Amino acid sequence: MAREKIVWLITNSCGGDTHSFLNAYFPNYRQIVEEYFDLCYNNHLSAAEGNVAMDILEDFINGPERAFTLVVEGTVPTAAQGLFCIMGYRNGRPWTAVEAVRDLAAKARYAVAVGTCAAFGGPYAAHPNPTGSKPVSQIITRPVINVPGCPAHPDWIAGTLYHLARYGEPRLDEYNRPVLFYGETIHDRCERRHYFESGIFAAKPGEPWCMYRIGCKGPVTHADCPVRHWCGEHVNWPVGSNTPCIGCTSPEFPDGVEPFFERLPDLKTPAVKVAADRVGLVSGVATALGIGAHLAANILTGRLGQTIRKGFAGARNTGVLRKAARQKKE
Amino acid sequence: MHGEVVVNPVTRANNQGQIEIRLERGKVADCRSSCFFFRGFEIMLQGRDPRDAPYFTERICGICSAAHATAAAFAVEDLAGVRPPENGNILRNILLAADTVQNHVKHFYLFVVPDYAAGPDRPPFAPRYRNDYRLPPEVNARIIRHYFEAADISRVAHEILTVLGGKAPFTHGILAGGATVPPDGAVIMDLGARVQKLKEFVQNKMIPDAHTIAGAYPEYFELGNRPLRLLNFGFLPVDPERKRFHFPGKVVEETGMREVSVASITEELRHAYFREHGEPGQPGTRPTEAQPGKPGAYSWCKAPRYNGKAFEGGPLARLWITGHYRRGISAMDRIIARVLETDILCGLIEKWLDELQRDEPIFTPFEVPGDGEGLGLTGAMRGPLLHYMCVRGGRISRYDIITPSAWNFSPRDAKGEPGPVEEALVGTPIKDPEQPIEVGRIIRSFDPCYACATHLIAGNKRLHQFIV
Repeated sequence: MAREKIVWLITNSCGGDTHSFLNAYFPNYRQIVEEYFDLCYNNHLSAAEGNVAMDILEDFINGPERAFTLVVEGTVPTAAQGLFCIMGYRNGRPWTAVEAVRDLAAKARYAVAVGTCAAFGGPYAAHPNPTGSKPVSQIITRPVINVPGCPAHPDWIAGTLYHLARYGEPRLDEYNRPVLFYGETIHDRCERRHYFESGIFAAKPGEPWCMYRIGCKGPVTHADCPVRHWCGEHVNWPVGSNTPCIGCTSPEFPDGVEPFFERLPDLKTPAVKVAADRVGLVSGVATALGIGAHLAANILTGRLGQTIRKGFAGARNTGVLRKAARQKKE
Repeated sequence: MHGEVVVNPVTRANNQGQIEIRLERGKVADCRSSCFFFRGFEIMLQGRDPRDAPYFTERICGICSAAHATAAAFAVEDLAGVRPPENGNILRNILLAADTVQNHVKHFYLFVVPDYAAGPDRPPFAPRYRNDYRLPPEVNARIIRHYFEAADISRVAHEILTVLGGKAPFTHGILAGGATVPPDGAVIMDLGARVQKLKEFVQNKMIPDAHTIAGAYPEYFELGNRPLRLLNFGFLPVDPERKRFHFPGKVVEETGMREVSVASITEELRHAYFREHGEPGQPGTRPTEAQPGKPGAYSWCKAPRYNGKAFEGGPLARLWITGHYRRGISAMDRIIARVLETDILCGLIEKWLDELQRDEPIFTPFEVPGDGEGLGLTGAMRGPLLHYMCVRGGRISRYDIITPSAWNFSPRDAKGEPGPVEEALVGTPIKDPEQPIEVGRIIRSFDPCYACATHLIAGNKRLHQFIV
């Protein structure tokens, strides 16, 4: 099989997805760049710099159609004519991330947004989004395959790229995420699910029980962390380290899942209105309803502990629970 | 040879930057270090729950996230008047030290080595400059083998963060109040085995490879030099109270070594894309707003100064302060100090694993006060890191960050005095302006992190005086 050429742009990003990608285990970094892909451009890793680096990109822009897969890591800032992120010098002037993404996407075989910033806006488009940052899908018109996560797991990145190169587009969910990795919620596959069912909840980080009461967003977060584990070598995952899932693969991360340590029905963010609108669009809304109904049922039948009942007293008016209670009645 | 040379993008750095140099008679006569990358993290932090700051600010940087988590956790603890238990302090130290090892291994092999050793003629090693690769073929091949091994080793360092914090980068294990994974026998054994693997690699490969490169490129002990002005904030606290540090916070000048006073720090905007309001101010004393396209400006990085002068941070500053390494201030000295520090950190992690107490607490629960302020200072991978938060009504009302890369990569100040990288580049002979390989070598000795470099300080409140 010919090695697919990868052009990996790092726009407004922290580079965390590249660092996560470097943690790949099987295949590891050596196998990835020697056996699986031609990593033709990545700002962190290319030996080329300056003009030599720009020439690589120039050749792809002027080269044949569908000769490479474009990976974008980071948001694309649109305020100030894009000057908040400059990718290099082209035709004697600063080449903005907006231009770079459009110029390269026009020729790419696939456009892949790696990380929650590129996929959905993520932390770099967080309220009040001072740089007017947008996800890749709002910059170009062609379909974008989203591989979110903050960072994205190395297997999600490498696995998606491999699937694209070998079998074409994988089955995607409504947010264009490969179902292969994002098909189920954290909550559905959580190793601590039995503590949730039994109403045994951690009261503070560091306790080995269900993290729901201290803010776990597992019920509304689609990813396979509970069974895949991190990093490349699959040693642990956030709930396994006695901390809540913060929902980093979700379209509403981080505004819609903050405060990180507040339990789900109490969603409050600096952008209260935005969040309120967004809650309706939460990717896991079906699951959220499901869990709401489930909890409400348990509370009504008295199966849950006194503490959780008390905890919910203040959250009675949230939409999710209200709807759940209504469903229960019906 | 005269003329202008622009290197953009600067690659093999965390995010991209630009260096512009003016050549006279084949040497760098003048230079401007630019960062064209702006996000406005401090603005986005306003209105959020203070407890979220460690996880949120980790997202500033993919390669040094544990340092931001640490500084933010310190700031929240300062605000709440809480300290972690002994075990919590040790576990957080292990997390930060392991992330620093991850950074140093990756930086040396994946970012620096391709400047000195030629990789195979395929991506991501080619295309590249074609001049000045001096290593004999068998030595070159060995170092490139270690380049690939380094990716696996930096992953092992990230795995230490994963055992203690669920994932990496952006570990969940560093929180205000302490850590989250109790150190039972299995955890301590696992971490001990992983750090042993790191140590073997650093001692048997990384340090010898750095000396091999230094031997083949000896002039880099002279190039990239600048005046002795080094700065560190206390790195890795010995005690939970943070009275003593394994790498103490100090200011180093020709005139001697002093304690750090945050009150001596100013931030200047003359050549940065921010609107100016009168005289240079202390962090947090003046409102700042972005002004793209401002005349005379050339960077999104502001110019932090200590007593009005440019200071550099990083492993060389830290090892100078502890006395481990004081040969000089040059490109190669920075690289050697970084690999030596990697070994010291592995030794510290082993020591801390012995000090952990089973069945003792690792986390101190606390309430976040509705109003107040907190300062978090720590040494980070690349130098001194400052987080400052002001809280009103239980939410962050202002957040200030001054990163190591802001110090190292700062543009000129109001007096026209250059930043450390600019100082270090002046006088460098450039053999071939079409392939200015010397420039990249010197920039990378500072371990550039453009993702961290750009931050703005917003607000009107005076940062309280604080002696480190």
